[in-house]
Amino acid sequence: MLFQDVVFWLLTVVAVGSALGVVLIRDLFRAALLLVAVFVSVGGYFILLSAEFLAVVQVLIYAGAIAVLIIFAVMLTRDVQRGNPPNRLQIPAAVLAALLLAALVTVAIDTQWNLLPEGEQQAVDLVQTAAVADIPVESLEQAGVTESGEQAAAQEAGLADLLIGRFVLPFEAVSVLLLAALIGALALVRPRGREGDAAATPSGPGAD
Amino acid sequence: MSFEAFMIVAAVLFCIGLYGSLARRNVLAVLMSIELMFNAVNVTLVAMAKYLAPASLQQDISTVLTGQVFAVFIITVAAAEIALGLGIVFAMYRTNESVDLTEASAMRH
Repeated sequence: MLFQDVVFWLLTVVAVGSALGVVLIRDLFRAALLLVAVFVSVGGYFILLSAEFLAVVQVLIYAGAIAVLIIFAVMLTRDVQRGNPPNRLQIPAAVLAALLLAALVTVAIDTQWNLLPEGEQQAVDLVQTAAVADIPVESLEQAGVTESGEQAAAQEAGLADLLIGRFVLPFEAVSVLLLAALIGALALVRPRGREGDAAATPSGPGAD
Repeated sequence: MSFEAFMIVAAVLFCIGLYGSLARRNVLAVLMSIELMFNAVNVTLVAMAKYLAPASLQQDISTVLTGQVFAVFIITVAAAEIALGLGIVFAMYRTNESVDLTEASAMRH
Protein backbone atom coordinates (compact mmCIF):
# COMPACT_ATOMS: atom_id res chain seq x y z
CA MET A 1 0.00 0.00 0.00
CA LEU A 2 2.88 2.32 0.82
CA PHE A 3 4.42 1.80 -2.61
CA GLN A 4 1.13 2.65 -4.29
CA ASP A 5 0.84 5.81 -2.20
CA VAL A 6 4.31 6.92 -3.26
CA VAL A 7 3.47 6.26 -6.92
CA PHE A 8 0.19 8.12 -6.53
CA TRP A 9 1.82 11.25 -5.10
CA LEU A 10 4.61 11.18 -7.69
CA LEU A 11 2.02 10.96 -10.47
CA THR A 12 0.02 13.74 -8.85
CA VAL A 13 3.03 16.06 -8.70
CA VAL A 14 3.82 15.36 -12.37
CA ALA A 15 0.20 15.63 -13.52
CA VAL A 16 -0.74 18.83 -11.68
CA GLY A 17 2.61 20.50 -12.37
CA SER A 18 2.49 19.71 -16.06
CA ALA A 19 -1.16 20.72 -16.30
CA LEU A 20 -0.31 24.09 -14.75
CA GLY A 21 2.52 24.37 -17.25
CA VAL A 22 0.14 23.63 -20.14
CA VAL A 23 -2.12 26.54 -19.25
CA LEU A 24 0.52 29.01 -18.01
CA ILE A 25 3.58 28.61 -20.24
CA ARG A 26 3.91 31.00 -23.18
CA ASP A 27 5.73 28.68 -25.58
CA LEU A 28 3.04 26.54 -27.22
CA PHE A 29 5.42 23.78 -28.22
CA ARG A 30 6.60 23.28 -24.64
CA ALA A 31 2.95 23.34 -23.54
CA ALA A 32 2.21 20.51 -25.98
CA LEU A 33 5.12 18.47 -24.60
CA LEU A 34 3.90 19.07 -21.04
CA LEU A 35 0.48 17.89 -22.18
CA VAL A 36 2.10 14.57 -23.12
CA ALA A 37 3.41 14.35 -19.55
CA VAL A 38 -0.13 14.86 -18.24
CA PHE A 39 -1.45 12.14 -20.54
CA VAL A 40 1.22 9.66 -19.44
CA SER A 41 0.64 10.34 -15.76
CA VAL A 42 -3.10 9.90 -16.23
CA GLY A 43 -2.22 6.55 -17.80
CA GLY A 44 -0.32 5.83 -14.57
CA TYR A 45 -3.48 6.65 -12.60
CA PHE A 46 -5.35 4.13 -14.72
CA ILE A 47 -2.84 1.43 -13.80
CA LEU A 48 -3.22 2.33 -10.10
CA LEU A 49 -6.99 2.10 -10.59
CA SER A 50 -6.63 -1.42 -12.05
CA ALA A 51 -7.66 -0.35 -15.55
CA GLU A 52 -4.68 -1.67 -17.52
CA PHE A 53 -6.49 -1.76 -20.83
CA LEU A 54 -7.44 1.89 -20.48
CA ALA A 55 -3.86 2.75 -19.56
CA VAL A 56 -2.64 1.22 -22.81
CA VAL A 57 -5.38 2.97 -24.76
CA GLN A 58 -4.49 6.23 -23.03
CA VAL A 59 -0.84 5.99 -24.04
CA LEU A 60 -1.67 4.87 -27.59
CA ILE A 61 -4.42 7.37 -28.37
CA TYR A 62 -3.65 10.38 -26.18
CA ALA A 63 0.12 10.33 -25.80
CA GLY A 64 0.47 8.88 -29.30
CA ALA A 65 -2.15 10.09 -31.73
CA ILE A 66 -3.63 13.20 -30.15
CA ALA A 67 -0.29 14.60 -28.94
CA VAL A 68 1.24 14.13 -32.39
CA LEU A 69 -1.75 15.87 -33.98
CA ILE A 70 -1.47 18.81 -31.59
CA ILE A 71 2.30 19.13 -32.06
CA PHE A 72 1.79 19.05 -35.83
CA ALA A 73 -0.78 21.80 -35.52
CA VAL A 74 1.54 23.89 -33.33
CA MET A 75 4.31 23.53 -35.90
CA LEU A 76 2.07 24.41 -38.83
CA THR A 77 0.29 27.43 -37.33
CA ARG A 78 2.95 28.83 -35.06
CA ASP A 79 2.55 32.47 -34.14
CA VAL A 80 6.22 32.95 -33.24
CA GLN A 81 5.99 36.61 -32.29
CA ARG A 82 2.99 36.25 -30.07
CA GLY A 83 3.32 32.91 -28.31
CA ASN A 84 0.34 32.19 -26.10
CA PRO A 85 -0.85 35.32 -24.34
CA PRO A 86 -3.80 35.35 -21.94
CA ASN A 87 -6.92 37.24 -22.91
CA ARG A 88 -8.95 39.77 -20.95
CA LEU A 89 -10.90 37.04 -19.14
CA GLN A 90 -7.88 35.91 -17.14
CA ILE A 91 -9.02 37.03 -13.67
CA PRO A 92 -12.70 36.02 -14.04
CA ALA A 93 -11.56 32.65 -15.40
CA ALA A 94 -9.22 32.11 -12.46
CA VAL A 95 -11.96 33.06 -9.99
CA LEU A 96 -14.46 30.75 -11.70
CA ALA A 97 -12.01 27.85 -11.76
CA ALA A 98 -11.12 28.38 -8.08
CA LEU A 99 -14.80 28.50 -7.08
CA LEU A 100 -15.55 25.33 -9.05
CA LEU A 101 -12.53 23.63 -7.48
CA ALA A 102 -13.71 24.58 -4.00
CA ALA A 103 -17.20 23.26 -4.76
CA LEU A 104 -15.91 19.99 -6.24
CA VAL A 105 -13.52 19.33 -3.35
CA THR A 106 -16.25 20.06 -0.81
CA VAL A 107 -18.60 17.66 -2.56
CA ALA A 108 -15.92 14.96 -2.87
CA ILE A 109 -15.14 15.12 0.84
CA ASP A 110 -18.65 15.66 2.19
CA THR A 111 -20.56 13.06 0.19
CA GLN A 112 -21.32 9.73 1.86
CA TRP A 113 -19.91 7.58 -0.93
CA ASN A 114 -21.36 4.09 -1.24
CA LEU A 115 -17.93 2.48 -1.13
CA LEU A 116 -17.30 -1.16 -1.91
CA PRO A 117 -17.14 -3.46 1.13
CA GLU A 118 -13.56 -4.34 2.05
CA GLY A 119 -13.98 -8.02 1.28
CA GLU A 120 -15.14 -7.45 -2.28
CA GLN A 121 -12.45 -4.99 -3.34
CA GLN A 122 -10.03 -7.76 -4.29
CA ALA A 123 -12.53 -9.59 -6.49
CA VAL A 124 -13.56 -6.35 -8.20
CA ASP A 125 -9.90 -5.48 -8.81
CA LEU A 126 -9.39 -8.91 -10.33
CA VAL A 127 -12.34 -8.55 -12.70
CA GLN A 128 -11.26 -5.05 -13.72
CA THR A 129 -7.60 -5.95 -14.17
CA ALA A 130 -8.35 -9.01 -16.24
CA ALA A 131 -10.97 -7.20 -18.29
CA VAL A 132 -9.67 -8.59 -21.55
CA ALA A 133 -8.29 -11.97 -20.42
CA ASP A 134 -9.32 -15.10 -18.54
CA ILE A 135 -8.92 -15.15 -14.76
CA PRO A 136 -7.45 -18.35 -13.30
CA VAL A 137 -9.70 -20.08 -10.77
CA GLU A 138 -6.95 -20.09 -8.15
CA SER A 139 -6.66 -16.29 -8.07
CA LEU A 140 -10.45 -16.03 -7.82
CA GLU A 141 -10.41 -18.30 -4.81
CA GLN A 142 -7.62 -16.23 -3.26
CA ALA A 143 -9.79 -13.16 -3.75
CA GLY A 144 -12.64 -14.79 -1.87
CA VAL A 145 -14.84 -15.81 -4.80
CA THR A 146 -15.42 -19.49 -4.03
CA GLU A 147 -18.91 -20.24 -5.37
CA SER A 148 -18.77 -21.76 -8.86
CA GLY A 149 -21.59 -19.58 -10.21
CA GLU A 150 -19.82 -16.41 -9.00
CA GLN A 151 -16.55 -17.65 -10.45
CA ALA A 152 -18.15 -18.22 -13.85
CA ALA A 153 -19.70 -14.74 -13.77
CA ALA A 154 -16.38 -13.15 -12.83
CA GLN A 155 -14.62 -15.00 -15.63
CA GLU A 156 -17.22 -13.98 -18.19
CA ALA A 157 -17.12 -10.30 -17.23
CA GLY A 158 -14.98 -8.38 -19.68
CA LEU A 159 -14.65 -4.97 -21.23
CA ALA A 160 -14.87 -6.37 -24.76
CA ASP A 161 -17.98 -8.39 -23.92
CA LEU A 162 -19.64 -5.30 -22.48
CA LEU A 163 -18.70 -3.18 -25.49
CA ILE A 164 -20.31 -5.53 -27.99
CA GLY A 165 -22.97 -6.75 -25.58
CA ARG A 166 -24.85 -4.38 -23.31
CA PHE A 167 -23.27 -1.25 -24.81
CA VAL A 168 -23.52 -2.25 -28.46
CA LEU A 169 -25.79 0.65 -29.38
CA PRO A 170 -23.47 3.42 -28.09
CA PHE A 171 -20.59 1.47 -29.64
CA GLU A 172 -22.20 1.64 -33.08
CA ALA A 173 -23.17 5.28 -32.54
CA VAL A 174 -19.56 6.09 -31.72
CA SER A 175 -18.39 4.40 -34.92
CA VAL A 176 -20.83 6.57 -36.89
CA LEU A 177 -19.51 9.60 -34.98
CA LEU A 178 -15.93 8.73 -35.94
CA LEU A 179 -16.96 8.40 -39.59
CA ALA A 180 -18.74 11.77 -39.44
CA ALA A 181 -15.70 13.38 -37.81
CA LEU A 182 -13.45 11.93 -40.51
CA ILE A 183 -15.63 13.28 -43.31
CA GLY A 184 -16.06 16.61 -41.52
CA ALA A 185 -12.31 17.07 -41.01
CA LEU A 186 -11.68 16.28 -44.67
CA ALA A 187 -14.37 18.73 -45.78
CA LEU A 188 -12.94 21.45 -43.50
CA VAL A 189 -9.32 21.28 -44.67
CA ARG A 190 -9.71 20.48 -48.37
CA PRO A 191 -8.43 23.21 -50.70
CA ARG A 192 -11.15 25.54 -51.85
CA GLY A 193 -11.81 26.81 -55.38
CA ARG A 194 -11.60 30.39 -56.63
CA GLU A 195 -14.99 31.52 -55.32
CA GLY A 196 -14.29 29.85 -51.97
CA ASP A 197 -11.10 31.90 -51.62
CA ALA A 198 -12.94 35.09 -52.46
CA ALA A 199 -15.63 34.37 -49.88
CA ALA A 200 -13.02 33.51 -47.27
CA THR A 201 -11.09 36.77 -47.52
CA PRO A 202 -10.85 38.25 -44.04
CA SER A 203 -13.25 41.10 -43.54
CA GLY A 204 -13.54 43.36 -40.55
CA PRO A 205 -16.45 43.25 -38.12
CA GLY A 206 -19.60 44.73 -39.56
CA ALA A 207 -18.41 44.42 -43.17
CA ASP A 208 -21.60 42.79 -44.48
CA MET B 1 -4.41 6.90 -1.79
CA SER B 2 -8.11 6.89 -1.10
CA PHE B 3 -11.08 7.40 -3.38
CA GLU B 4 -11.38 11.03 -2.30
CA ALA B 5 -7.75 11.66 -3.27
CA PHE B 6 -8.48 10.59 -6.83
CA MET B 7 -11.61 12.76 -6.94
CA ILE B 8 -9.68 15.79 -5.68
CA VAL B 9 -6.85 15.30 -8.16
CA ALA B 10 -9.37 14.96 -10.98
CA ALA B 11 -11.11 18.15 -9.78
CA VAL B 12 -7.78 20.01 -9.78
CA LEU B 13 -7.00 18.84 -13.31
CA PHE B 14 -10.50 19.78 -14.49
CA CYS B 15 -10.30 23.27 -13.00
CA ILE B 16 -6.86 23.88 -14.50
CA GLY B 17 -8.32 22.88 -17.86
CA LEU B 18 -11.31 25.14 -17.33
CA TYR B 19 -9.07 28.09 -16.51
CA GLY B 20 -6.92 27.41 -19.57
CA SER B 21 -9.84 27.09 -21.93
CA LEU B 22 -11.31 30.40 -20.74
CA ALA B 23 -8.19 32.52 -20.30
CA ARG B 24 -5.99 31.71 -23.31
CA ARG B 25 -6.07 33.49 -26.64
CA ASN B 26 -4.50 30.78 -28.77
CA VAL B 27 -6.96 28.22 -30.17
CA LEU B 28 -4.46 25.39 -29.80
CA ALA B 29 -3.96 26.19 -26.11
CA VAL B 30 -7.74 26.11 -25.67
CA LEU B 31 -7.90 22.69 -27.37
CA MET B 32 -5.14 21.39 -25.10
CA SER B 33 -7.03 22.63 -22.03
CA ILE B 34 -10.17 20.84 -23.23
CA GLU B 35 -8.13 17.64 -23.47
CA LEU B 36 -7.07 18.20 -19.86
CA MET B 37 -10.73 18.34 -18.85
CA PHE B 38 -11.50 15.12 -20.75
CA ASN B 39 -8.68 13.38 -18.91
CA ALA B 40 -9.91 14.61 -15.54
CA VAL B 41 -13.37 13.19 -16.24
CA ASN B 42 -11.86 9.86 -17.28
CA VAL B 43 -9.91 9.62 -14.01
CA THR B 44 -13.15 10.29 -12.11
CA LEU B 45 -15.06 7.60 -13.98
CA VAL B 46 -12.39 4.92 -13.56
CA ALA B 47 -11.91 5.78 -9.87
CA MET B 48 -15.66 5.47 -9.31
CA ALA B 49 -15.67 2.13 -11.13
CA LYS B 50 -12.98 0.83 -8.80
CA TYR B 51 -14.07 2.16 -5.43
CA LEU B 52 -17.86 2.51 -5.49
CA ALA B 53 -20.34 -0.34 -5.18
CA PRO B 54 -22.92 -0.42 -7.98
CA ALA B 55 -26.45 -1.29 -6.88
CA SER B 56 -26.55 -4.45 -8.99
CA LEU B 57 -23.15 -5.77 -7.92
CA GLN B 58 -24.60 -8.94 -6.42
CA GLN B 59 -26.56 -9.91 -9.54
CA ASP B 60 -23.94 -9.10 -12.13
CA ILE B 61 -20.24 -8.65 -11.38
CA SER B 62 -19.62 -7.12 -14.82
CA THR B 63 -21.29 -3.87 -13.71
CA VAL B 64 -17.98 -2.92 -12.08
CA LEU B 65 -16.63 -2.39 -15.59
CA THR B 66 -19.25 0.18 -16.61
CA GLY B 67 -17.05 3.13 -15.68
CA GLN B 68 -14.24 1.81 -17.85
CA VAL B 69 -16.65 1.39 -20.78
CA PHE B 70 -17.68 5.03 -20.34
CA ALA B 71 -14.01 6.05 -20.33
CA VAL B 72 -13.46 4.16 -23.60
CA PHE B 73 -16.33 6.07 -25.18
CA ILE B 74 -15.00 9.39 -23.87
CA ILE B 75 -11.56 8.68 -25.31
CA THR B 76 -13.17 7.95 -28.68
CA VAL B 77 -15.23 11.13 -28.60
CA ALA B 78 -12.12 13.10 -27.60
CA ALA B 79 -10.26 11.73 -30.60
CA ALA B 80 -13.10 12.77 -32.91
CA GLU B 81 -13.22 16.17 -31.20
CA ILE B 82 -9.52 16.86 -31.62
CA ALA B 83 -9.59 15.82 -35.29
CA LEU B 84 -12.48 18.17 -36.03
CA GLY B 85 -11.08 20.91 -33.81
CA LEU B 86 -7.74 20.90 -35.62
CA GLY B 87 -9.60 20.96 -38.94
CA ILE B 88 -11.39 24.11 -37.77
CA VAL B 89 -8.08 25.58 -36.53
CA PHE B 90 -6.49 25.07 -39.94
CA ALA B 91 -9.49 26.58 -41.75
CA MET B 92 -9.32 29.55 -39.38
CA TYR B 93 -5.56 29.89 -39.87
CA ARG B 94 -6.05 29.97 -43.64
CA THR B 95 -8.68 32.70 -43.55
CA ASN B 96 -7.31 34.80 -40.66
CA GLU B 97 -3.55 34.14 -40.95
CA SER B 98 -3.65 33.70 -37.18
CA VAL B 99 -4.85 31.30 -34.50
CA ASP B 100 -5.77 34.09 -32.10
CA LEU B 101 -9.30 33.67 -30.77
CA THR B 102 -9.85 37.40 -30.26
CA GLU B 103 -9.31 37.96 -33.97
CA ALA B 104 -11.86 35.34 -35.00
CA SER B 105 -14.66 37.86 -35.39
CA ALA B 106 -16.10 36.86 -38.77
CA MET B 107 -19.33 35.60 -37.16
CA ARG B 108 -19.63 38.39 -34.59
CA HIS B 109 -22.58 40.66 -34.99
